[in-house]
Amino acid sequence: MKADPAGVLTGAHYLDGDFACGEGAMAAGCRFVAGYPITPSTEVVERIARRFPLMGGTFIQMEDELASMAAVVGASWTGSKAMTVTSGPGFSLMMENIGLAAMMETPCVVVDVQRGGPSTGLPTMVGQGDVMQARWGSHGDYEVIALTPQSPQEAFDLTIDAFNLAERYRVPVMFLMDECVGHMTERVVIPEPGAIEVVPRALTAKPPAEFEPYRIDGGTIPEFARAGDGYRFHTTGLTHDERGYPVMSAGCQESCVRRLLDKIQGDADRIVRFEEEGTDDADVVVVAYGITARVARLAIEQARRQGVKVGFLRLIVLWPFPEKRIRELAGSVGAFVVPEINYGQIVLEVERCAGGRCDVVSVTHGGGAVHDPAKITGEILAAGAVAA
Amino acid sequence: MSVAKVGTRTDFPAEPPEHPTAPYLRMERIPHVWCPGCGIGTVVQCYATALGRSGVDLDKASVVSGIGCSGRAAGYLKLDGFHTTHGRAIPFATGLKLGRPELQVTVFSGDGDLTGIGGNHFIHAARRNMDLLVILINNFIYGMTGGQNAPTTPLSARSSTMPFGNFEPPFNVPHLAASSGAAYVARWTCLHIRRLTWTLEEAIQRRGFRLVEVIAPCPTLYSRLNKLGTGLDGMSFYHDNAVIRHGADTRELAIDFQKGIVCGKFVDEEKPTFSELMDEHYGRVLGEKYVPMPASGGWQHG
Repeated sequence: MKADPAGVLTGAHYLDGDFACGEGAMAAGCRFVAGYPITPSTEVVERIARRFPLMGGTFIQMEDELASMAAVVGASWTGSKAMTVTSGPGFSLMMENIGLAAMMETPCVVVDVQRGGPSTGLPTMVGQGDVMQARWGSHGDYEVIALTPQSPQEAFDLTIDAFNLAERYRVPVMFLMDECVGHMTERVVIPEPGAIEVVPRALTAKPPAEFEPYRIDGGTIPEFARAGDGYRFHTTGLTHDERGYPVMSAGCQESCVRRLLDKIQGDADRIVRFEEEGTDDADVVVVAYGITARVARLAIEQARRQGVKVGFLRLIVLWPFPEKRIRELAGSVGAFVVPEINYGQIVLEVERCAGGRCDVVSVTHGGGAVHDPAKITGEILAAGAVAA
Repeated sequence: MSVAKVGTRTDFPAEPPEHPTAPYLRMERIPHVWCPGCGIGTVVQCYATALGRSGVDLDKASVVSGIGCSGRAAGYLKLDGFHTTHGRAIPFATGLKLGRPELQVTVFSGDGDLTGIGGNHFIHAARRNMDLLVILINNFIYGMTGGQNAPTTPLSARSSTMPFGNFEPPFNVPHLAASSGAAYVARWTCLHIRRLTWTLEEAIQRRGFRLVEVIAPCPTLYSRLNKLGTGLDGMSFYHDNAVIRHGADTRELAIDFQKGIVCGKFVDEEKPTFSELMDEHYGRVLGEKYVPMPASGGWQHG
């Protein structure tokens, strides 16, 4: 389906990442946003609050992030595409109802413009310390999808992808920006509505008497009925059967939760997305994402000038993690170098997938600034010397 | 002349006639989880009856619950039903209502869920006059977790976490709602069947933030810890000691341990809801450029 022209601001713009994300959401068909102010994410909802009244969308500033996320899950059950926007401290509060969204299989998008943590941390300064929280933050076992843009243009483009993935897999999709991408202003080209592919909410064609909200008739994803269409369905955050009724048993837990994992893990090859360059004969591969990918690119150029064969793997979808590709590369490269603005999070996944077959170097940064490219270059050179 | 003897009739229907409330319930889920003597069941019955009498389109009616004994109500009503997270029924319901404005949304939950963990959402939804009917069952205790102290536990009453009696002042729930901006505020006990049903029927037809508090016994925990007898003893006590005072000043509705409970309708005001205020405001400021959310939902559903 093509985008609703009402939500698409076609043209070339000079936008920051936060505004571009907001435009991406509106282009994707999002018409309900609930949020609570928090730096450095607030510009996303400010943009939406100004534009929504012109396109039949409702923005509500809730009393806190607990309420914002709950309202988003509620709104999504009306069939509306719904989103909330926050940063670290608010992301922590949203974990409760992100778990509910995962359990009820509710499509929605959660934007986290990352700042330095823990706790209140560095409200106005960059961090990438929420990437594990995005995957594991709510209790119990579940899967999400997480995307991470490196520029305002990608903030626009990938927000649309985030909504499409949320619809396709009936999951909460985490949109992990960082303060730098959120606040940097660059050229953003917004296409014509006819050139934007959006996945609408697929509604069941079954009559109410034949519909069960969690029945699987092939595939791994149940059909959806929205509130108010006469289906009179029930859904719950409790472990439930195909009728959406609570069943407190180990057997039901297995069938209910296992599918939440399978529907993402089993389709990971189609969801995983990365950009790869110069890895064919590389001795060293840099793995980076978000703003750090842009800093890493400079470091890679410098290292190449000094003769190191270095490749680049830029992560676009963080979760599910590109396990297969990392495993393949681990057999042919001497080392992975993983810079990130935290004390080593995604590097744990790289290590796990590398399985000891090559070196894995973590290039940490506590937040508040991006890496000095020379620090990454130094690690590439050191790893390259060992590999060669 | 033959006379049919008692005990010899053979014309029984194969199935007993349907219970009048059955069309509103998920009968396949009965029996329910509530204890014998619990007051929640009568409230479900009153709500179902009121729904039927109100004439609302049941296909457009949703019920949202939080967590706890009362929070299980959404699972038994044959409406679009959402059993959500602890304390978050009101914000979930807010999203549901704003996402599809034509829905009739009822929140059905307990005192701990709505005024403890969910207290912030309660006052803000009242402040906004969000178009929600909130049925709050007050049994003075956290029932499902084992009888812990609630924000509504009367002074001196025992709970499992106040084994020597409660010393924390409780909320006066109708006053909390009224002073936060609720458009409709009423209170009954779970044995005021006809009055409660009538009130719920009226409240369904009003708009804005509507609170109906229902006092109910918890025989398993609150009554046992406080030696108050059976569930029926509790219901009768609350009912028989109720003082009906419509229009009472909500400041005077605090509940003391085993004292008379003031019941009635305290607030019934016509005032614009959140959505009406939004539409009116944007319509005035933006004129023809304003595009309200369609009653049937956003974008593809509009």
